[in-house]
Amino acid sequence: MRPLLDKYAARLEVAGLALPGGALLAGLDDELCWNRDGAGLQDPRIPVLAGLFQELAVNSLVCTAPPEPHAGIIRYLARQALERGESCIKPQDCETRTFLHDLPVLERLELPALLQGLSRRKGAIVLRGGTGAESGPLLVALGQVSPEQGFVSVSSLAFACFVKFFADAQALALARDRQGGADPALVQALRKAVAHLHPVAPPALEADPGLLRGPFPDPETVHRALCEAGRAVVRHRLVDSFFGNISCLHAGVLYISQTGSSLDELEGHVDPCPLDGSSTAALTASSELTAHLDALARTGGRTLLHGHPPFCVVQSLDCAVEHCPGKGRCHLECSRERAVHGVPIVPGEVGSGPHGLCHTLPPALERHGTAIVHGHGLFAVGYEDFNAPFAELLRVERLCRESCLERLRGAWPEAFAPATFGQAGAGTL
Amino acid sequence: MSPRGGLHGVLLHVDLATGQSTLLEPSAEDYALYLGGKGLGGRLLREHSHRSWDDPELPLILCAGPLTGTIAPTSGRATLLCRSPQTGGLGDANVGGQLGTELKRAGLDGVVITGRAPRPTGVCITDRSVRLEDASAFTGQTTGRICAALQGHGAVLCTGPAAEHGVRFASLCVDRHHAAGRTGLGLVAASRNLKFLTIQGTGRVPVADPQGLKAAREDILRLTAASPVLMGQNGFTCFGTGALFDLMHSRRMMPTHNFRRTRFDAAPELNAVALRRRYAPRKGGCKGCHILCKKYTAEGLPLPEFETLSHFSALIGNPDLDLVVRANLLCNELGLDTISAASTLACHAELRGRDLAPDEVLPLLEDMGWGRGLGRELGRGSLAHATAQGRPELSMSVKGLELPAYDPRGAYGMALAYAFSTRGGCHLRAYPISHEILRKPVATDRFTLAGKARIIKISEDMNAVVDSLTACKFVFFAAGLEEYARALCAVTGEERTGQDLLRLGERMDYQERLLNACWGFDARQDDLPPRFFTESGSGGEGLEIPPLDREEFLAARQRYYRIRGLDSAGRPLPERAEALGLPWPPGLARPGEEG
Repeated sequence: MRPLLDKYAARLEVAGLALPGGALLAGLDDELCWNRDGAGLQDPRIPVLAGLFQELAVNSLVCTAPPEPHAGIIRYLARQALERGESCIKPQDCETRTFLHDLPVLERLELPALLQGLSRRKGAIVLRGGTGAESGPLLVALGQVSPEQGFVSVSSLAFACFVKFFADAQALALARDRQGGADPALVQALRKAVAHLHPVAPPALEADPGLLRGPFPDPETVHRALCEAGRAVVRHRLVDSFFGNISCLHAGVLYISQTGSSLDELEGHVDPCPLDGSSTAALTASSELTAHLDALARTGGRTLLHGHPPFCVVQSLDCAVEHCPGKGRCHLECSRERAVHGVPIVPGEVGSGPHGLCHTLPPALERHGTAIVHGHGLFAVGYEDFNAPFAELLRVERLCRESCLERLRGAWPEAFAPATFGQAGAGTL
Repeated sequence: MSPRGGLHGVLLHVDLATGQSTLLEPSAEDYALYLGGKGLGGRLLREHSHRSWDDPELPLILCAGPLTGTIAPTSGRATLLCRSPQTGGLGDANVGGQLGTELKRAGLDGVVITGRAPRPTGVCITDRSVRLEDASAFTGQTTGRICAALQGHGAVLCTGPAAEHGVRFASLCVDRHHAAGRTGLGLVAASRNLKFLTIQGTGRVPVADPQGLKAAREDILRLTAASPVLMGQNGFTCFGTGALFDLMHSRRMMPTHNFRRTRFDAAPELNAVALRRRYAPRKGGCKGCHILCKKYTAEGLPLPEFETLSHFSALIGNPDLDLVVRANLLCNELGLDTISAASTLACHAELRGRDLAPDEVLPLLEDMGWGRGLGRELGRGSLAHATAQGRPELSMSVKGLELPAYDPRGAYGMALAYAFSTRGGCHLRAYPISHEILRKPVATDRFTLAGKARIIKISEDMNAVVDSLTACKFVFFAAGLEEYARALCAVTGEERTGQDLLRLGERMDYQERLLNACWGFDARQDDLPPRFFTESGSGGEGLEIPPLDREEFLAARQRYYRIRGLDSAGRPLPERAEALGLPWPPGLARPGEEG
């Protein structure tokens, strides 16, 4: 179990969800082990968290105090919820709707509250994770099969909070009535978040991502290209944990990432799906297989790349229409044609159900080559290789980020005061 | 007891010897601790740990769960339990069709059958009234004929000729095309002269919070829609469980020639796609299910599910798809468990040193079903047959129940799941294929035992709950107890979390182990046939399938025993039973008290 704990501790750091050495993971078979040794086991959180294994049927735990920008965002949202007397946060992004349902919020790291929250949901937010320097919010998640579950849940918790924070702030900025002025807590949280945003990719990368050039001559090269592009998407924070998918058509076979695979670990996790329908071995292919097949058939493209770029998701939730009869069902259907920076936004749930994006996405890609699914993420088609769709992910994410921050600056310029420039994320507006 | 929702608080007891029936009211505590389905059935069975499988006073139990008959997805199922004539241990089967739904609509949570009727008898239940009928005219009839004759009487459960002729793995046929297949419950029924059971009801199942149930249902449906295994274009809704066939072939874990090999060269021509092209199937399924994993020909005949497709092809070395389909139909008509039937044929072929010829398969199945010639011997199951020939190691079974279509050398968690299953060689107790192969909820390394002991234990607890709610295990490739707990809360009005349910599942599982301990089971039976530790599978294309490491397996088994609260010999411990609120069975020696 220890190798798995170390692996996901490292992934949390790479994803910006843990400080170096800061993630705390545990795994239980017949004995409990932590990703800490020696003095690390004196972490005051361990006795509380260990109690979870005695009371719950789980085999793994992930606990992290995410650094900025997540810490301030989560703190703000958690405080808001508790002050309203609510025990959970309900973001509207796809990962939450489908898998998390809601995000339990706990005041402190105390076993009874943890048991209550984690008996009900996969992960929880703890507002005050400890004392002193370690008093920031924590994300705690459990697994019954592997620490990867906790990693995925923590990643989704952070993503959901990020998206909700910026989407809510945008909606607030749009509101005409701002009686009472800005909430100082919001301004403070916004200032901190903006100052610590992950740097935008350099323009040169958008102009030429430098990925393997197609068309690809053989399946081995296809695999290399898929793996390379997948790593690039993760490296540039265009997808979290094991979401996103990627595919490439070659010689009558669609090579597609497996369901639940991490885009930066695709070696050995690509399913060949013959277009002649002669085999069902691609049973483990991405849940969006049907959408990929239909989109590439309609567009004549060769590659398709899907990520969850956070500001694309934020902007997909941004709608100025007041008193819309479809409000609350935007992820299922929308009576209007929506777009952001010329990229269509379509409704659609994960997979092949009656409201599945397999029905809405391919026609949009046929018209535009790129599309955003409401609350979910961006899909982009390529005709030779992954350079163009990857560049499109970068471009649209940059534009969405710029327009979001522009609106927020217009509403709360104090959050973008000159003192915030010069830090990480500066110059990204 | 008057539960708020999901349950009627009433079981029907039918005594076949006297023809009398009474209503039983389990306590509120029993419902709270055991839910329904397999959990409640096990609770009722534990009073009878001293009885042999053919003791008429040992009840044959049918129970539905609190979700059965509601709009909770895939809840249209029920569980049958008794002691298995095939293994001597716990015998149970979870079955679809309409049985569970009609039971709940009849105002009942279950039926408990005791006694031996003087002649073949049918039990006809309409709402809560019971009528016993002389079923002698159905003697010697196939299940298809019986079901056709009983059409219009609601859900139908019946035995076929195999049960009449003492086949140890005789199944119970439900609604013509569903089966309570495993562990020989058909023979249990036949030993009581129970030929058929019909149930029809006109009532409704009370639901405490209909809006809450609707919301829970939507969450579950959303997750199933997102599941490529269930609703994807290669998934169960399109191809049935036969969709697994190509995957097992590509992973080199398809049991072939009695598990001597793990890859069948003819497999690509026998897959679910071939079935579709040949038979143009239409969809069907259990009452209220939206996945519709069953496939039928245009004439309404069932096409084989994955286990049957694999075992009647690769396991017996048969490359003829039509023969697979005909064998499946014949087993259904005769009331034979397809897995045990095929595995017994495969064992027989290896014992005699010669593959089965295509024209031998159907006649041997007929002989099994009618108790003729060699079929009489084969009808005892592969373990009895191989043991009689002095080669028990060639029976690919655990606790006497033949293994299904996942070679454990290709998924080490499955090796543990088979060994520890309380009903014998069964994949459905823990079903580690979900994560070892299908990547749900996340992927695990299929070639390691590390960490698998606890995973298996938790999965067993979960599936015990699933069989008690009841729901279909396939849906748990997508949803979890987190979502089903909310459905249960909405139905019953009682707040429970997924973790609360897992605690109940732990108790249900341990209850089964106490029963099995009474019936003589311990670590000696928590094992696999020696072949898996000494012979490699069929590696190739850069993938090796080595034998399982015996020492690692035994170490994992000890870890599992510690986690489960068993002693090093695999026997229950009084302190664990007490902690789980389970009484120590009278007559069961405590560890250290044995002579």
